[in-house]
Amino acid sequence: MTSETKTVVEIVGATKRFGAVTAVDDLSLAIRENEFFALLGPSGCGKTTLLRMIAGFERPDAGRILLDGRDITDLRPNRRPINMMFQSYALFPHLSVHGNVAYGLEMEGVRGAELKRRVEEALAMVRLEDFARRRPHLLSGGQRQRVALARALVKRPRLLLLDEPLAALDKKLRTQMQLELKRLQHETGITFLVVTHDQEEALAMADRIALLNAGRIAQLGTPRALYERPASRFVADFIGVMNFFEGRLTSAAAGVAEIEVEGLGRLRGDAGGSGGSDGGLPGSAPVVGAAATLAVRPERVRLSLEPPQESLPNGLSGVVLDITYLGQDLMVHVGLAGGRAPLIARLGAGSEVAAALAEGAVVWCRWAAEDARILME
Amino acid sequence: MRAGRRWLVGHLGLVYLFLYGPILVLVALSFNKSGLPTAWSGFSLEWYGRMLRNQAIIASVGNTLIVAAASTLIATTLGTLLALGLDRLRPGPLLEGFVFVPMIIPDIVLAIALLSFFTLIGMTLGLHSIILAHAVFNIAFVCAVVRTRLRHFDRSIIEASIDLGASEFTTFRRVTLPAIFPGVLAGALLAFTLSVDEFIIAYFTSGAGRASTTFPMQIYAMIRFGVTPEINAVATIVLGFSFLLILLSQRLNRDATP
Repeated sequence: MTSETKTVVEIVGATKRFGAVTAVDDLSLAIRENEFFALLGPSGCGKTTLLRMIAGFERPDAGRILLDGRDITDLRPNRRPINMMFQSYALFPHLSVHGNVAYGLEMEGVRGAELKRRVEEALAMVRLEDFARRRPHLLSGGQRQRVALARALVKRPRLLLLDEPLAALDKKLRTQMQLELKRLQHETGITFLVVTHDQEEALAMADRIALLNAGRIAQLGTPRALYERPASRFVADFIGVMNFFEGRLTSAAAGVAEIEVEGLGRLRGDAGGSGGSDGGLPGSAPVVGAAATLAVRPERVRLSLEPPQESLPNGLSGVVLDITYLGQDLMVHVGLAGGRAPLIARLGAGSEVAAALAEGAVVWCRWAAEDARILME
Repeated sequence: MRAGRRWLVGHLGLVYLFLYGPILVLVALSFNKSGLPTAWSGFSLEWYGRMLRNQAIIASVGNTLIVAAASTLIATTLGTLLALGLDRLRPGPLLEGFVFVPMIIPDIVLAIALLSFFTLIGMTLGLHSIILAHAVFNIAFVCAVVRTRLRHFDRSIIEASIDLGASEFTTFRRVTLPAIFPGVLAGALLAFTLSVDEFIIAYFTSGAGRASTTFPMQIYAMIRFGVTPEINAVATIVLGFSFLLILLSQRLNRDATP
């Protein structure tokens, strides 16, 4: 990606309330040109409201929305060069596929040969040339979605909004459409803004993700940053599977922090700040003695059947409670001392340790300090 | 199992006989040469010819068609808009229930109420008052039919249309109306049918003059001198016509549900 990153849409301090509920809370966000951006979050986090504000279907109670630097907050949705793909696809049932795709162009006054050419182009782009005469109810779910895409893309919008685009598809088709969406974004060069509650979907498709919680941005960054450097317990918990250990901070120095966990002793993790935009421990100030949480991904936990030779940090012993076979990987639940939630470890099914693992066996778990993350409350 | 099934078929046959037996007799008698309800004396179209030469019948059919067409037009327009408004505003169940009261209220009550009201405001009675009276209950029927249609209506297609650059008016003309059109048409057909054979309300609101006699009123007047085969012929034609309209309306509603 080049360093030339022009902002397409900028949201400045947008707030939207529905009665007593604040759906979007003083939120600011800039979406760059030619970017695949995902708004991710649990239901009710305000992501759909934000999308509808950008489309023009909701008016913010406070704040502005800028498109290419121009204030569009008061512009009606039919005057915005922004198009939306609706969750239900919202195809016009009384029009053919061709009629659906042509509709938006007709509104612009495109007629005759040019209309025909552009509709055919758009249908070719989503590989539906042969279905132009069909009515929507005769199409499969995947085909309908592609009609909806073509209908929005044919207008060449500055920004394409996609509301839960894959929610209605079955799993196999979903994976296929993820690739398709990325391809279309790449080919058209149109900025995509997708709303989803599915973190896997966001990780797979987006260049950048804004994870929303209660109307605010919990974290904004690349999928890798969100996965590997979560800024808060909420982010760590929402994205992927995570093991948490609650304790008290005992030291935070030179990129490594240490917490004391009752019954398990001292555990070490990355305190951040070593190269990268996130400086230091996320959350409140890292005061020694303050409550803190260590978070470590299952795939970062290493298991061994023999006790470690020397006393390394982050060494815990436990009993294998359950082994789940996932094909390529095994998911192992290890019971630790103190009646806490079992530790989850993920390892390759073909590894040496995996072959020797059995339920009830005693194992040692450890992880490198840089693979874990210390989060302040 | 098999015996149970036979019973069911038998029962079904009896119900249909009960429902359609008298009607079949009426249709048969309309083609009876002699004109006596007691004996069949051969096939004839004589009574149909006589009916066509009866000026009073022809005039009343004309009146009925005027009333039905006008009240259907009014009721379809207002009823459809009412359904759209109810769908958007979603008032409480009480307010919504009031819309459909003219459907269930006894005709005689509605007839008296309308007559009192027309008299109160000093309106002259005639075809126009029948049209208005029929529009009153037909609005409720059209509204009910269109509402059913709207229940399966994905409102996001309205937003999609606006999102694609259409104005609200264009959206109504090119998206909303075509999408609910089968329901509107079904409602209109129902309204037309109801108006054509409505008697009580028309009788009360037509005024004294013979000029505004509708078709059902004309038959009622004729029947006081006995059921003539001419009336059988008229009834058969009305029956066929109503049957066709109902079939058409049902067909439209079925096709419309994807």
